[in-house]
Amino acid sequence: MTQTPDQTPTQPPTPGEQASHDDPRAVSRRWMFLKIGVLINAAVAVAVATPVVRYLLGPVKRKGAYHSWISLGSIDQFPAGETRLATYENPFTDPWDGETANTACWVRRVDATNFQVFAINCAHLGCPVRWFPQSGLFMCPCHGGVYYSDGSRASGPPERGLFEYQHKVAGNVLKIFAGQTPTLSNEASNSLRVLNNYKGSGPCTG
Amino acid sequence: MHWVKQIYNWLELRLQLQAPVEDAALHPVPRNTASWWYVFGSAAFTLLLLQIATGILLAIVYVPSAAHAWDSLNTLNHDLPLGWFLRAMHGWGSNFMVAVVLIHMAQVFLFGAYKFPRELTWIVGVFLLLMTLGMAFTGEVMRFDQDAYWGLGIGVSIVGRVPLIGGPLVNLMMGGPIIGGATLSRFFALHVFVIPGTLLVLVAVHVWMVLKLGINDWPMPGRPVRRSTYLAEYHKLSHEHGFPFVPGAFWKDLIFSGAVLAAVAVCALVFGPYGPNGQPDPTIIQTNPKPDFFFLWIYAILAYLPPELETAFILIVPILGIAVLLALPFYAGEGEKSWHRRPVAVLVLVTVAVSFGVFTHLGTFTPWSPIMDAWTSDTVPSKFLQDRTPLERQGAIVFQEKQCRNCHALEKVGGLRGPALDDVATRLTEDQLYRQVLQGGGNMPAYGKNLSPPETTALVRFLTTLHPSGQQRATDASSATAAEVTPPATDAAKQ
Repeated sequence: MTQTPDQTPTQPPTPGEQASHDDPRAVSRRWMFLKIGVLINAAVAVAVATPVVRYLLGPVKRKGAYHSWISLGSIDQFPAGETRLATYENPFTDPWDGETANTACWVRRVDATNFQVFAINCAHLGCPVRWFPQSGLFMCPCHGGVYYSDGSRASGPPERGLFEYQHKVAGNVLKIFAGQTPTLSNEASNSLRVLNNYKGSGPCTG
Repeated sequence: MHWVKQIYNWLELRLQLQAPVEDAALHPVPRNTASWWYVFGSAAFTLLLLQIATGILLAIVYVPSAAHAWDSLNTLNHDLPLGWFLRAMHGWGSNFMVAVVLIHMAQVFLFGAYKFPRELTWIVGVFLLLMTLGMAFTGEVMRFDQDAYWGLGIGVSIVGRVPLIGGPLVNLMMGGPIIGGATLSRFFALHVFVIPGTLLVLVAVHVWMVLKLGINDWPMPGRPVRRSTYLAEYHKLSHEHGFPFVPGAFWKDLIFSGAVLAAVAVCALVFGPYGPNGQPDPTIIQTNPKPDFFFLWIYAILAYLPPELETAFILIVPILGIAVLLALPFYAGEGEKSWHRRPVAVLVLVTVAVSFGVFTHLGTFTPWSPIMDAWTSDTVPSKFLQDRTPLERQGAIVFQEKQCRNCHALEKVGGLRGPALDDVATRLTEDQLYRQVLQGGGNMPAYGKNLSPPETTALVRFLTTLHPSGQQRATDASSATAAEVTPPATDAAKQ
């Protein structure tokens, strides 16, 4: 085969040369481009991950973001001295929530002007408590928690009394500041009042 | 059949799977591993495939929206041909899967198969167990009836007890402020995409390691595992004294898997699908939520934990338990494999199994739950009303009206939360009865504010008549002394 003078025949690299070309410690163009490719992918991953993480953490909002004033109806439906079940539709819902948008609560009318509104969720693990007017007790079916008529803990696994909503009477309408399922870390009200826990009254009974 | 061979060859030239498949199928295993004790792993895998198949078929009709999930399940049950059977297969398949996975884990533990060099197989297995339980929980949520709704609420409340980040975690788990559509959607994504995907990857890794390292040899007392010698010993066992996995050991796997599938089908036919029970309407509070059988033990533990211990216990103990399981191959990675020489291992397994069984049994009849309608449904046995004064009979009415029966039984009918009261008069004197009723104590609330004095008197008078006819009532020593001085007129008539 004829060759032009300034063109040397290309030979495949010897095994020794091949090794040093593929040795990652050797500065070789192929490896550098690979690393650039990895870096570009890493940068894109971080950039794309940021909105994805924001999306996943979407439901986490600042305290109180899920609360609003909800009407329970006229105060005339709650006779003095009685505790009655009230239901309302949660305002923070989507159209496909169906009947899970409905929430229940116990309204205790102490006298003409004093109310207590308890969340339906037991302070132990959230099961719905039932009111028995004859014995004046709330009983929970799940693990046997019992509360007195004022919501304080009577017996069983709960370590505190029933969760209470902040409430107000506007005109003739009873309203509660609610919207979030109460748990021990998102208590129903922001008040400092602590109902009787297993150790006795809290420091701020009022 | 020449054309069959032609098709096969066409495929094999392109896939080139024949060699690795033959390698896996025909690899030598020690003779004594062809045992019925070793079939549970493959049975678990078979059940996983069953669940995936039935799950896909269910997903064609099931609507994962809070508004319509319940309706779509009822459509499956009643309106589609054999829809109930498909639901039943999936539900019973999950019951069997949890059971088989637990049995497999117990067998692996008992046979020391977590020891060198199978430590990583065990670790991956622990994660597979956790994921199986995760599938069981998220699957329960898919049923989205009252049990599922309030069961979710319990899960949310437990998560809410995590310090510092409990609040945000609760919102993250619910997908919003309440259990609703957002909650069901994310649990659907977990149940259908995230956990099964992870399961399949981890199962592949798990089976790969079993193939590469070989199945655990039958434990022999007096032949401990040593890192320095085991690999050579095992190689000798399998190559010189072994036979090919297929058909030598595999036929037992096949038969047992077939039997398990048949058992699932029979249970599905005979017992039918589970639920859905009541509609997930949170304003229906006449409800008694219970988890599926594999979580009844947690249900029982949560009922019995004292309130001051509870948060620490439920947050720390599971993590400790999982850590102990994961660390097992590292503190017990060598030594005797045979259970004849491992008394601690056998004891631990028996203790765990018995505890699990006891708590599950308790969870089936929940003695701690007040029976909410006992006060109106369960009558006072007539023998406790005969030959009683009007005041005592009035006491029996107070006893029922004030929901005492919700927690206390008479003649084995009534609540189990408190002690049965058939013979309470032999245990407590009249004064003690007054004190107990008015002030409560232990798990009993105080009734002082909710009983008027006449009601209290009547109730206690009734309670003091509750003793077997041959037995004396409990009496105060001081009142007995007083009785000697002034013999009471009414007491003689009562005896």
